[in-house]
Amino acid sequence: QVAAALKKGHVTPTELCQRCLALIKSTQFLNAYITVAEETALKQAEESEKRYKSGQPLGVLDGIPVAVKDNFNTAGIETTCASNMLKGYISPYNATVVQKLLDQGAVLLGKTNLDEFAMGSGSTDGVFGPVRNPWSYSRQYKEKSVRKPHSDSEESNWVITGGSSGGSAAAVSSFTCFAALGSDTGGSTRNPAAHCGVVGLKPTYGLISRHGLIPLVNSMDVPGILTRCVDDAAVVLGSLAGHDPKDSTTIQDNFKPFELPNLPDVSKLSIGIPKEYHAPGLSSEILALWSKAADLFKDAGAKVIEVSLPHTRYSIVCYHVLCTAEVASNMARFDGLEYGHRSDMNKSTESMYAATRREGFNDVVRGRILSGNYFLLKQNYENYFIKAQKVRRLIANDFLKVFGSGVDILLTPTTLSDAVPYMEFIKEDNRTRSAQDDILTQAANMAGLPAINVPTALSERGLPVGLQFIGRSFQEKQLLTVAKWFEKQVKFPMIQLEEVKRHNHDVFQHEKSASFS
Amino acid sequence: WVPVVGLEIHAQISSNSKLFSGSQVQFAAPPNSLVSFFDASLPGTLPVLNRRCVEAAVMTGLALNCSINKKSLFDRKHYFYADLPAGYQITQQRVPIAVNGSLSYNLCVDNKMSQMVTKTVRIKQIQLEQDSGKSLHDDTRSQTLVDLNRAGRLGLFSYFSSPFCVVMEPDMCCGEEAAAAVRELQLILQTLGSSQAVMAEGQLRVDANVSVHHPGEPYGVRTEVKNINSIRFLAKAVDYEIQRQIEELENGGTILNETRAFDAKLGCTVPMRDKEGKQDYRFMPEPNLPPLILYDAKSLPANMNHQQVVNIDWIHERLPDLPSVKRAKLVERYGILPEHSFALLNEDGLTEFFENVVKQTQMKPKKVIGWILNVLLSYLKQHSLTVKESPVSSFILADLLNLLEKKEISSTAAKQVLAELWKGEGKTPLEIVKEKKLELIQDQKELDQICQAVIDGQENEVMAIKAGNLKVLNKLIGLVQRETQGRSNPVLVKQLLEKKLSE
Repeated sequence: QVAAALKKGHVTPTELCQRCLALIKSTQFLNAYITVAEETALKQAEESEKRYKSGQPLGVLDGIPVAVKDNFNTAGIETTCASNMLKGYISPYNATVVQKLLDQGAVLLGKTNLDEFAMGSGSTDGVFGPVRNPWSYSRQYKEKSVRKPHSDSEESNWVITGGSSGGSAAAVSSFTCFAALGSDTGGSTRNPAAHCGVVGLKPTYGLISRHGLIPLVNSMDVPGILTRCVDDAAVVLGSLAGHDPKDSTTIQDNFKPFELPNLPDVSKLSIGIPKEYHAPGLSSEILALWSKAADLFKDAGAKVIEVSLPHTRYSIVCYHVLCTAEVASNMARFDGLEYGHRSDMNKSTESMYAATRREGFNDVVRGRILSGNYFLLKQNYENYFIKAQKVRRLIANDFLKVFGSGVDILLTPTTLSDAVPYMEFIKEDNRTRSAQDDILTQAANMAGLPAINVPTALSERGLPVGLQFIGRSFQEKQLLTVAKWFEKQVKFPMIQLEEVKRHNHDVFQHEKSASFS
Repeated sequence: WVPVVGLEIHAQISSNSKLFSGSQVQFAAPPNSLVSFFDASLPGTLPVLNRRCVEAAVMTGLALNCSINKKSLFDRKHYFYADLPAGYQITQQRVPIAVNGSLSYNLCVDNKMSQMVTKTVRIKQIQLEQDSGKSLHDDTRSQTLVDLNRAGRLGLFSYFSSPFCVVMEPDMCCGEEAAAAVRELQLILQTLGSSQAVMAEGQLRVDANVSVHHPGEPYGVRTEVKNINSIRFLAKAVDYEIQRQIEELENGGTILNETRAFDAKLGCTVPMRDKEGKQDYRFMPEPNLPPLILYDAKSLPANMNHQQVVNIDWIHERLPDLPSVKRAKLVERYGILPEHSFALLNEDGLTEFFENVVKQTQMKPKKVIGWILNVLLSYLKQHSLTVKESPVSSFILADLLNLLEKKEISSTAAKQVLAELWKGEGKTPLEIVKEKKLELIQDQKELDQICQAVIDGQENEVMAIKAGNLKVLNKLIGLVQRETQGRSNPVLVKQLLEKKLSE
């Protein structure tokens, strides 16, 4: 939509950029952005404007303001991973996905906040502080929230975004950008998408290049896409997917970008409802929504059947072993020698390493490194790492079996509940939270499958709730088609934020989810 | 005591790209000028395998009679060290690209080239691996400057640098054997073109594993010796370590499983860091590199792009002649001795030089070889020149040898001419001969007169000869030579004198 507007000249890239930048400023209390690249963004917008004026835009994304999670390398712009270890680190190169966006003319507004090194499910454990869910300040939430006689009720009542790509989700949700990149290792894109009421797509492992994405778990990480509607996600996917020689884990096959049909038809589909996803702790609200969604498909003529993924309950533990092992390995390079934080301790190389790593990493990171190294010790390798890999294979096979039996798409909840207030969230530690929150999203990472969160409805507290669709490997087109159909059915409401209204423009007012495509 | 020596040899591939990252490779470049983002282990970078390295490893594996694993895996080997930027090394230690080969090499018995013994050492495996950066310890400032240029270079066992490491089983028993084995491997690598394998330039790095035990008893504790910069030092280091261990054990001490560095100046080994016994490397599969799949003619899928795959059979067909084959061919074709063929192959470019001379001269190869190995080679060594740098080309030498063959000059004269030629002033042999008046006297009458004169002047000697003391004839020949200023053909002179004396 906004792309159409740009093309027609109703709005210029510069205006668009400026508006977004202004909105970022007035929503600073959300803490969604770590770095705002104002100068470079405006320059990019200028370049884009020239192209539009001469009638030669690079494509749909030309001039579209986007944001990128701060664990993607961006040349010339600080990349911190929300960690002391990389504070002040300016990468000399762009991640492949960032480069692709820039090559399409997108305007990079800045780097978004996250849990330190993407470890967490709340976007609360980074050194720049927690990200606040924009919906905390929405009229919908305020109307429904219990009035406390406290004067700063708003302050203490704000809810989390979910994580770890909370900054990106908040940025998209609060209209400060039209699309954002996150990363997804155990649900880090879909989880905040659900809590912030936006579309969060986790593509198939190997479809999008990870070159330049600072890794958490190399065998599970993927770049994630956050947008306000499914069509937009398809557009971004089209510009990012494809083989990258710099990433040996991307598939060689040619990728053809696709457009989603306007009137998707789901009557010939088979939708699977995995019973194990009725997890303990699942709120009755979400359960009801899940059920309603299943009925929606049934009424449209689709076959809706209950299926079983029996090894689901082992996935948390399995994930924990494999994740910490890879983390321990991936974090080994942070020793202060070539880049990033370096401690003043200089008695010996080893003591410098130790001090640097203690100072540079938070508890969560250090904890995972220690666990991971433990699992990789020779005496433990067989019992932990190898076993976990075998279990991983079993989990992946569960999906293969189900998809092989004729099911096209799986429908599950994305989160156990709507977003909890920050004060409540921090009562439990990161590890406990992650273990709880990842349960519905993690298996897709283990199996490398594509999955997407579609905002579905508002909870009783006025906060977004989403549902998740999981598809077959590399069948993003089918997955997104189903998601689009569902999106049209549920007509998720637009967030009503003061700040957004203030920076209003026709473009933003158009339709409930102002998309760019 | 039975000493047991095994070797780990890291060879740097002579290719433009480092093993995993596309950086340039150039010796003696200023530190950190050649480092790519991956080598410096900048966060977010990923390893990409270099096809040329894989091919080189396969070639080497085939040349060493190994089985090539059609599927090999990459692992991460973790340890912290200043020259290991990522905190781990990517290696194929667990499932490498080639296993179970052998290398035959030759030893001179008692240093006599004429008595050679063939020995074999088993090749345990060949693995693709990264090499670390160089670590220059600056003790005064207690800082470690890390030279990341070497990081990423193709090599064998090492991290980043060598593309592959050849692991030799402990089948060797002394420094000499180790040196000979490495020398042969060097020749093979150079022949294959997989590596220039020059130790001094860091293209070939050898670590030795040494232990001693009594016959019939299990192997002793081994130490690893590193920092060996030449084949000569390899022999020294190994022998020193063997001696050290024997002495230690005989004095009731024990051998520690440790890493020791060879100190070239002092000619001894000194302890370095603690070795594998105490280190748990926490091996883990490298998640960013899928298993390496190689194909042969049978298993190659029909529609696969030739550029995308490495075909073992294709490589096998294109293997050049290995040194042992080359040597046999030289012996057969030219009738030279086996030890000559060794000497020829040992010097870079010498075989070619020899063959070129043979082509351009009537002199028999058996005689040419003497000139090449005894005269030319010693000149080169004296002046520390390579064959390529020789001021005397094969053409010129052939020219000279032709003069000799035609009996226009004597052997001694030829050597004099060669000395002149060595100055590289551009004169031809013939020019020098004329200049210095070195031509053999062709005039029979003149020669005859001189012989007669000598005989006439040496009555005592003549009598001695006639009495049966034939050795004295040499004195007369010598006198004739002196008279003719070396321009007489000694064979001819001898004939003439004999004829005269028998009259």
